[in-house]
Amino acid sequence: MESYLLILVSTVLANNFVLVRFLGLCPFMGVSGKFEGAVGMSVATMFVLTLSSMSSYLLNEYLLIPLGLEYLATLSFILVIAAVVQFTELLMRQTSPLLYRVLGIFLPLITSNCAVLGVALLNVQEQHNLLQSALYGFGASTGFGLVLISFSAMRERLADADVPIHFRGAPIALVTAGLMALAFMGFTGLARV
Amino acid sequence: MLTAILSISLVGMLFGLGLGWAARRFRVDSDPVVDQVDAILPQTQCGQCNFPGCRPYAEAIASGEAPINQCPPGGEDGIRALADLLGVEPLPLNPDNGEEAAPAVALIDEQTCIGCTLCIQACPVDAIVGAPKLMHTVIAAECTGCDLCLPPCPVDCIDMVPRSPDEDSWSWPRPAAAGRR
Repeated sequence: MESYLLILVSTVLANNFVLVRFLGLCPFMGVSGKFEGAVGMSVATMFVLTLSSMSSYLLNEYLLIPLGLEYLATLSFILVIAAVVQFTELLMRQTSPLLYRVLGIFLPLITSNCAVLGVALLNVQEQHNLLQSALYGFGASTGFGLVLISFSAMRERLADADVPIHFRGAPIALVTAGLMALAFMGFTGLARV
Repeated sequence: MLTAILSISLVGMLFGLGLGWAARRFRVDSDPVVDQVDAILPQTQCGQCNFPGCRPYAEAIASGEAPINQCPPGGEDGIRALADLLGVEPLPLNPDNGEEAAPAVALIDEQTCIGCTLCIQACPVDAIVGAPKLMHTVIAAECTGCDLCLPPCPVDCIDMVPRSPDEDSWSWPRPAAAGRR
């Protein structure tokens, strides 16, 4: 029980995928311009990450290991992720057409979000079981969402702020992201898995 | 080797089948009326109808929120086609939205252009190419003649010129018009 809690705390805060491991920076910079878009992206990523982390665990455990094909892990995980993202896109187009339009190209680009593949590969490396894999994926995406949403809230305020002209746009966003990463270093040592 | 190829192909095939099922299960039927209205609208994306593009205006027409006479580029012909489609009386073009004009295409005076990229950002159909501090030009085949690039230009180097027919748009003059001459 304690180890499951540790996984959550570790992935959300101490080993945050965006600010500590620096995975998934593309959507972190790309979709954080608008608050609504960031919330939608977090939910979509949460769904994709949890589902793909579980299904890649199952694929690895019941197909790759029995057949001795562990060396195909990266290839087959990408296959799983692409299928799950495609499924999410179909589902979202029906359930929430507005969100589908807001996210636009960033929805299929979850496929190339390296945090998703990173979680699947780390699950294998750390020899998690099914529940641990699911929690690891869920925690990673919660951490991603937490950082993305708070970052987008800051960027919305930055849009109104009187920023020196050479820092406007991407530079001030990157500086903000760096400061956030520094703040998250404070969580180091809170949980070790 | 063979196991690897077979198992990955099998997994891929299974995912393909699953996605095919999901595509049928979660299919979205787009409103056929909206599609038909959208097909009649001229796709200039000019925004003169006070909607942010042709598709939103088509949705508003189909749901009855907007009258059919707000599209100057479509002109009288467009209004008549919409009236036929929807079974309503044709209305005269609303002068608040603008006047019907001959098809035009934007032309950048390349001597005067300072390369500010403002017109590129304004263009709704990405018909202007150029880079900061380099000359811009209009891809005439893509330009819809919407006039949206005129206001942002700081040096007024864009002119709207009548569209001259090319291989795709040229047609024989109509018999009636030829006889009147």
